[in-house]
Amino acid sequence: MIYLDYQATTPLAPEARDAMLPWLGGADGDGYANPHSAHRPGRAAAAAVEVARDQVAALMPPGGRVIFTSGATEAINLAIFGTMRRSGSTFAATTIEHAAVLDCAQAIAATNVVSAIPVDREGLVDPECDLAGSLALLAVMHVNNEIGTIQPVARLAERVHARGALVLCDAVQGWGKLPLPGGCDMIAVSAHKLYGPKGIGALWIRDGIPLDPLIHGGGQQGGLRSGTLSPALCAGFGVAARLAGECADADPAHAERLAAIVRAELADWTLNGSETARWPGNLNLRRDGLDVARLMSDLRGVAFSAGSACASGSGRPSHVLRAIGLSAAQANSSIRLGFGRYSTEDSVRRAAQAIAAAAAAQD
Amino acid sequence: MTVSPPLYLDHAATTPLRPAARAALERGFVLWANPSSPHVAGRKARAALEDARARIKGALGWDGEVVFTAGASEAIELTLTRCVMPLVAVSATEHEAVLRHAGEAARLTVDADGLVDPAVCALSGLVAVQQVNNETGTIQPLAAVARSVHAAGGLLLADCAQSAGKLVLPEADFIAISAHKFGGPIGVGALLVRDFGLLRASGGQERGYRSGTENLPGAMAMAAALEEGWDWLETAVTLRDRLDSAVTAAGGESLCRDTARVPSIAAYRMPGRSAATQLIRFDAMGIAVSAGSACSSGSLKTSHVLAAIGYPHSDEVVRVSIGRETSAADIDRFIAAWHEVAR
Repeated sequence: MIYLDYQATTPLAPEARDAMLPWLGGADGDGYANPHSAHRPGRAAAAAVEVARDQVAALMPPGGRVIFTSGATEAINLAIFGTMRRSGSTFAATTIEHAAVLDCAQAIAATNVVSAIPVDREGLVDPECDLAGSLALLAVMHVNNEIGTIQPVARLAERVHARGALVLCDAVQGWGKLPLPGGCDMIAVSAHKLYGPKGIGALWIRDGIPLDPLIHGGGQQGGLRSGTLSPALCAGFGVAARLAGECADADPAHAERLAAIVRAELADWTLNGSETARWPGNLNLRRDGLDVARLMSDLRGVAFSAGSACASGSGRPSHVLRAIGLSAAQANSSIRLGFGRYSTEDSVRRAAQAIAAAAAAQD
Repeated sequence: MTVSPPLYLDHAATTPLRPAARAALERGFVLWANPSSPHVAGRKARAALEDARARIKGALGWDGEVVFTAGASEAIELTLTRCVMPLVAVSATEHEAVLRHAGEAARLTVDADGLVDPAVCALSGLVAVQQVNNETGTIQPLAAVARSVHAAGGLLLADCAQSAGKLVLPEADFIAISAHKFGGPIGVGALLVRDFGLLRASGGQERGYRSGTENLPGAMAMAAALEEGWDWLETAVTLRDRLDSAVTAAGGESLCRDTARVPSIAAYRMPGRSAATQLIRFDAMGIAVSAGSACSSGSLKTSHVLAAIGYPHSDEVVRVSIGRETSAADIDRFIAAWHEVAR
């Protein structure tokens, strides 16, 4: 199988896996303690958690702290519910945010004003867009998960800050692959999108921003996120972050080469989203009249998707593709190809050729 | 100075990963695709997730729904924020995960053994009573509590973090479990829901009841850990009774000794020695025990559990918790250490 679905999840880096193994010890070792226990094995586990926290923080801006969560969805929930305390204030989000943000917006709509910020046909927010006077929090993603577009987060942040409001950046798809935009007050990330394990993510919070917890309990992580932390998941996440730092030049260059191969093989397909402001490891392509379901069933040896994994199976056209002005028919004739560190040029070329041939056979 | 090999008697905080669970995790790492992806790799991951869910239901004897979460704290949070009924009462000895969410809900008092009175649970709302207390091991009379709650038209949330995989689960409407308390990995747990009609959906994965990419290796390992069974508790009873006798014979006190307790958890008072002193001394001997729950350790605040049962010497109590791997020799070593610290 050739895996071209790096936006849904990425393979676990062998280095990250190796970093987890000492903390998956059985009774014969001592790598199993609760990192919140005061005894010696507990303190050793806590030290591993803190090393990982520093490794994750190294890919974050200075002047903040990292709170481990079960993933980016929880981090986004914590950021939104944790700061939107005053009812009646405005929460704004772009129309192409991930469902995690949009579902939160729906949940707070009963007590708050929710404002949707549109994108243009390339999937870009106008950095000079209207912002409500009562704005409290703006959620804007760094790299879109479906079309790979990079948003002008830093300029938006300047304007949001001038109003005394905050910026939450869903950086799941771009973090560790591209430099983070400046001006974020909170940043949500997920380990498994960056060659780390599933089941862990983080919210970075700028110092001085008060946050209410979402999950109460034992009061771990300064009371902001209760629940026993897994030293194994933290260690895997930390090493994945460290590796991303080490591959900061190689990973994007590799993705650029792969993107060029796919674009050459699928030259008559249309790119959804911006040609220039984009993460190259994501190509959302459409071909008029394409039957995507048939393409997928014809190409069982190639794993790709027709939008986000979360929404797959719903049958609804992608909200992102509709937001950039595509018709339902155009949206439904689009596929998402994603690749990254472990994709080889040869496998990506073969997959693109197979897709081209299967699509041509539909004509 | 010779360093003694570590002796871990803090299994209520977390217990070692079972080899079968570790093997399942490794199998899960290989199935790294997103279970929500429609391609072959995604569908394989989905099938493995559903297999884990079915095995967990089988191992627990649960015929309701299973929603995977990051752990018991999240399972409790999910219930308290999305149950169709408001929370009306919690037992005074609940875990902080319940208490900190409890707001104005009534606190149900417990007797000197830590037990709630089932009669006062007859309330038409959500009532939270844990199955086993994490500090004393006391088993609540949940069969009677469930009857009482249900007769009044209410719903029962049972925090079973300390009892799942050790006791038959209660007839509750919501049950929170955590894998790492029974030999699974940290970072995965589940909310068992009798019927999805009792919970408001939030959208996303897990049939709309929990958003976020599923932790498939964790779910597979949780299933494997539960299938290990609980035969070892027979040995644990013997070991715990031996500890009880030795501690009381040496002038200590075993808390809630005359009530039904899970055999893996015991709380002991050492007269004249603060819990902090005991912990430091035991730790120096390579013995890991705790004062109350791991979550609050280091805070040195008084245990709300011991306060609720009206125990006057709560600052002299440590928790000893036994696991599957604990041997008679381990217990004897602890008893010898106990004598030394008490001297």
